[in-house]
Amino acid sequence: MALTEKMTVNMGPQHPSTHGVLQLILELDGETVVKATPHIGFLHRGTEKLSEYRTYHQVLPLTDRLDYLAPMHNNLGYVLAVEKLLGITDSIPERAKVIRVMFAELTRIKSHLVWLACHALDIGAMTVFIYCFREREAIMNMYEKVSGARMTSNYFRVGGLSMDLPDGLEKDVRDFIDAMPGHVDTYEGLLTGNKIWQKRICGVGEISAEDAIDVGLTGPSLRGSGVDWDLRRDNPYSGYEDYDFEVSVQQGCDTWARYHVRLKEMRESCKIIRQCLDKLKPGPILADEPKIVMPPKQHVMNTIEGLIHQFKLITEGFKPEPGEIYQGVENPKGEVGFYIVSDGGPKPYRMKVRAASFVNLQALPQMVEGRLIADVVAVIGTLDIVLGEIDR
Amino acid sequence: MSEHAVVGKLKGKFSSSVLEVKEFRGETTITVKKEDIVAICSYLKKDLGYNFLCDVCGVDYLGQSPRFMVVYNIYSIGTKDRIRVKVPVEESDAVVDTVSCVWSTANWLERETWDMMGISFKGHPDLRRILMPADWEGHPQRKDYPLQGPGREPYQGRLS
Repeated sequence: MALTEKMTVNMGPQHPSTHGVLQLILELDGETVVKATPHIGFLHRGTEKLSEYRTYHQVLPLTDRLDYLAPMHNNLGYVLAVEKLLGITDSIPERAKVIRVMFAELTRIKSHLVWLACHALDIGAMTVFIYCFREREAIMNMYEKVSGARMTSNYFRVGGLSMDLPDGLEKDVRDFIDAMPGHVDTYEGLLTGNKIWQKRICGVGEISAEDAIDVGLTGPSLRGSGVDWDLRRDNPYSGYEDYDFEVSVQQGCDTWARYHVRLKEMRESCKIIRQCLDKLKPGPILADEPKIVMPPKQHVMNTIEGLIHQFKLITEGFKPEPGEIYQGVENPKGEVGFYIVSDGGPKPYRMKVRAASFVNLQALPQMVEGRLIADVVAVIGTLDIVLGEIDR
Repeated sequence: MSEHAVVGKLKGKFSSSVLEVKEFRGETTITVKKEDIVAICSYLKKDLGYNFLCDVCGVDYLGQSPRFMVVYNIYSIGTKDRIRVKVPVEESDAVVDTVSCVWSTANWLERETWDMMGISFKGHPDLRRILMPADWEGHPQRKDYPLQGPGREPYQGRLS
């Protein structure tokens, strides 16, 4: 009998398929993974610590940098949390809510496109990457039109939005969602029937519904294990209760199931965006809360109240009453939650970000142990992790 | 506002353990004694269906006694309900029993709390630093830890 010796292999932090700076220590027996230990923290920027030294308005740009593939979702989670803390959730104007939902769903498509592109590229299907990035570019252009930035959007504000939609953007969005379902068909045409694709993902990275809940998986990774749970429907925020959409659930528990969950989510997002466009009526985009919301420039230049409010907000910020709240939103990767403690001062006393990828990554060892080393790459892809959010 | 149903049940079963109940913006926060946290969490999970642990974190109330709070944000996928449980922790005895035996999720979340706040968890299977390097000294999220890091000039510019 041949003597077998276990080998330890270091994967990452500089490795193309670890999607950033994830390091995995893999203990191998031949090609089989015996033990996988993730090491994280290479991108730790101390977002939570920094936020304790900034006013509530100033924390907003930090949240873009968490999950940089879905910046508007982080913005949304944060502004909703602060609005809840202030108790002004009900005074957000309808138009602002609809635009928030519209961009949240565009962001979901954008994030899923990167997931599909990189997941397929890791497994060896290169063509899909180019197609996905072409569509992502269209969404990036919309980002740029509304916020001036392609990735770190910082578009939402506590109380509403930083500015209204520019002319012609509605048409861009409409053209995009008219074309998008056809593009999803193209991706499916390239992948779903592809024998290599099927062999690489069917039955790979299996996790039962019970284990998935126990380890804290959320988002598409959980819905791929047959758990019918989506915060947009179950704990609606920003007016999601008024939209008609289906929560995409698959029973397969494997990478194949999660692939189908995300593809369907892209189609459902298009449906939600179409409803947003139909709902969009002219109106204010900021709440009528002068002590909280930054006044329009016109107001600052022409009225003394506007000037005083601007001065107070810039030099001091607003002061929510003491208390603590938690707000979770359905990010493309799972539940992103903001837990904010206020001591009555102008800065968050403590802000904790519940990062979806951080918790989801915890499931990786149990999904890959006992399987081949090639499956590790597929499982990292299917968990759809973003290291900016894991390390914060 | 009526009391959350869980509060009554917890008070019935762990009457000596519930220290404080607070309602704020429709959210319920229950402060309990740290000795009973595992029993209370198991009860919440097994009998009341709070099967999902969203988050664990520490909060440093420097200057108050007890100094720390460990906060558990708990969710029930069945009833779609959220609840928050907190335990006060003294600085001189910054140890809490681990709940990773109740929810596996707690494993990394408690490691992060240890790393950032310096609160350790008794019975934790693998209590190592997670975000900071293994040889790091100090716990960055504490209020008395300088923003610039140890041994450096304080930042001269404006912070806000």
